[in-house]
Amino acid sequence: MNQVIRNGRLLDPARGVDQVGDLWISAGAITAMGEPPGSFEPDSEFDASSLWVMPGLVDLCARLGASPDQETRAAARGGFTTVCCPPDTGPVLDSVAVLKHLLAQTADSSSARILTIGALTSGLQGTGLADHDTLLRNGCVGLGNGSNGIGDSHVMRSAMQTARSLGATVFIRPEDPSLAGGCAHDGPIATRLGLQGIPASAEAAGMARDLALIEETGVRAHFCRLSSAVGVQLLEQARSRGLPVTADVAMHQLFLTEHDISGFDANCHTRPPLRATSDREALIDAVRHGVIDAICSDHTPLGVDAKLAPFADTEPGISAAETVLGLGMRLVEDDRLDLSTLLAALVDNPTRVLGRTPAGLSAGAPADLVIYDPAAVWRCDPDEFISDGHNSPFSGWEFQGQVVATFCDGRQTPATD
Amino acid sequence: MAELQLRPDGRLRHFLSIEGLNQPLLSEVLDTAESFRKAAFQQVRKLPLLRGKTVINLFFEPSTRTRTTFELAARRLSADVVNIDVAASSTTKGETLLDTLRTLEAMHCDLFVVRHGLSGAAHFFAQHAPEGVSVLNAGDGRHSHPTQAMLDLFTIRRHRPDLDRLKVVIVGDILHSRVARSQIHALNLFGVPEIRVVAPATLLPVDVETMGVHIYNDFDAAIDGADVVIMLRLQRERMHGPLLSSKDEYFRRFGLTEKRLARARPNCLVMHPGPMNRGVEIESSIADGAQSVILEQVSNGLAIRMAVMAMALGSRDPGEGKA
Repeated sequence: MNQVIRNGRLLDPARGVDQVGDLWISAGAITAMGEPPGSFEPDSEFDASSLWVMPGLVDLCARLGASPDQETRAAARGGFTTVCCPPDTGPVLDSVAVLKHLLAQTADSSSARILTIGALTSGLQGTGLADHDTLLRNGCVGLGNGSNGIGDSHVMRSAMQTARSLGATVFIRPEDPSLAGGCAHDGPIATRLGLQGIPASAEAAGMARDLALIEETGVRAHFCRLSSAVGVQLLEQARSRGLPVTADVAMHQLFLTEHDISGFDANCHTRPPLRATSDREALIDAVRHGVIDAICSDHTPLGVDAKLAPFADTEPGISAAETVLGLGMRLVEDDRLDLSTLLAALVDNPTRVLGRTPAGLSAGAPADLVIYDPAAVWRCDPDEFISDGHNSPFSGWEFQGQVVATFCDGRQTPATD
Repeated sequence: MAELQLRPDGRLRHFLSIEGLNQPLLSEVLDTAESFRKAAFQQVRKLPLLRGKTVINLFFEPSTRTRTTFELAARRLSADVVNIDVAASSTTKGETLLDTLRTLEAMHCDLFVVRHGLSGAAHFFAQHAPEGVSVLNAGDGRHSHPTQAMLDLFTIRRHRPDLDRLKVVIVGDILHSRVARSQIHALNLFGVPEIRVVAPATLLPVDVETMGVHIYNDFDAAIDGADVVIMLRLQRERMHGPLLSSKDEYFRRFGLTEKRLARARPNCLVMHPGPMNRGVEIESSIADGAQSVILEQVSNGLAIRMAVMAMALGSRDPGEGKA
């Protein structure tokens, strides 16, 4: 099939592309920009006048909940064309059966490409190793333990040795589980509210241990969803020593802090917890300076009951896919990030973390695109999310700029039904 | 949290935490309690203020004195009272807290007195309570125990009306103590100039000084010149992991002894929210001694709980109260 996207602002700072023109797609791949490639007869046209055409976003952490198909549509509405599902699904992604079941549910209907991270330990229990080789052979792009920390250093070391021998990247949410029994950042707000805290040292202790093991085993590692200034510091030191480590942060950590849980707002119950304002500032700085490579959604769609309980009994997580780009553009508006840094954190860098070469808007690249209306203004109403999860602390926030459609391998998904 | 606790006209609807309430309203609680206390001494056992109202005591955690005084308070105000010990009830069968609340609401009560092991539970109930139903917090997790703080303040004020000149020391398991948190808010709101907390490092919540207290490691230094010393119970049931050394060491460092009390001002008040661990937190001779107002705290609890119930349910408009 031949497609043309007409008259959009083709925008891909990483490859120096910023021009108004047409983009030509054939058999799911970009064939040309500007002039049509030879004798090109389009089967369909998309009018992108006054719209931006950018490479599709890549999410390093999106949970697909009970209806994966629907969650990929939510992701597409958020501008994502690739989503990476962590292993802390229900049931845990630690066997080929679970993996195949997940992918079978979405095989023909997915609005975004689904990649999976296999379990590092069986049941994510942190005791026995999962079948790493089997998971990787069946398509997992890496190994991780989801949000479950691995307390036993011997288990972590063995897991890293195996992953190293298989050439796999380990995705680590760094946390010492013995320090992480609480439900909120261990700071003045948790003290006031009487909530059990998770100190920033839980992240630092986990990370320091893991860095020692990474250095010893030589495994390639990616730290997921950093939450603290001290975590950023450890990352920076490790990279300056030349360790093969990358990292991401969830978009909501760049906006919310411990203060947002005042009044026991369960929609702000996240894991890792929202931390101090100084942590948030350090995380934004780290993205700006490229210390943190990628921004993920940490999308966690939850049913309404999951948040209907006293704070500590609620499930952590935010239905985030549909607000990530809006929030990111706000960082650009507020001069906290420039557009090219934001797009690098949402497209090229996560692609590299996944071991792939980013191609963006270039001839021969897969036609993974987001069509974006920079002039649209919208107010976030979680009840109107496509996602099954309406659990969002950003209800009522106003955003400038909205996704109109995405293309994944040339397959179009409109942002509205 | 203020919006949740007050009616649009500024009167009390729910009593969930000291934080978020204003000093005049809390003074009204103390003054109302004073009048109920006098009535009790005049042998007027029952007042008709809450006749026809139904109060449900919903206790998800065991309690003796708090539950009993809430029950007595409701009866003295002529309300009908139902006690539900939820620890042995539906929630253990998997019913959610919200379903428990909805079920009880369907029985058309006017006021819930709630104690729950999780911080924020009373707020959660209040957020989901229908119009015309009030929620009183009888202790939620580590967060808040506002009637305890008010009865403590009431007791202090009766002995030492010069609140703006007092040094108050709070000693022990601050980390797990909803009582301490509420006391700190209340004492600050009433202008107590110096609040000191003394605790083992492991039982001191992080950044607690942001609540307006001075932190002391050394009990002897903290009690120096104190007007009031409040001893807290070690909440072993909430302790997981290595938080404490031996009882002996605890008593040596943080127990209230005659020798320590001698460093305080003469007539320094000795308080404890109970139940006490004699010989661990406090020497028996002090608990039963002349400076102890521990039993008076319990009596005053009745007056305070009557006051809060009357204020939350008392309607000036006869049409108000039932939705």
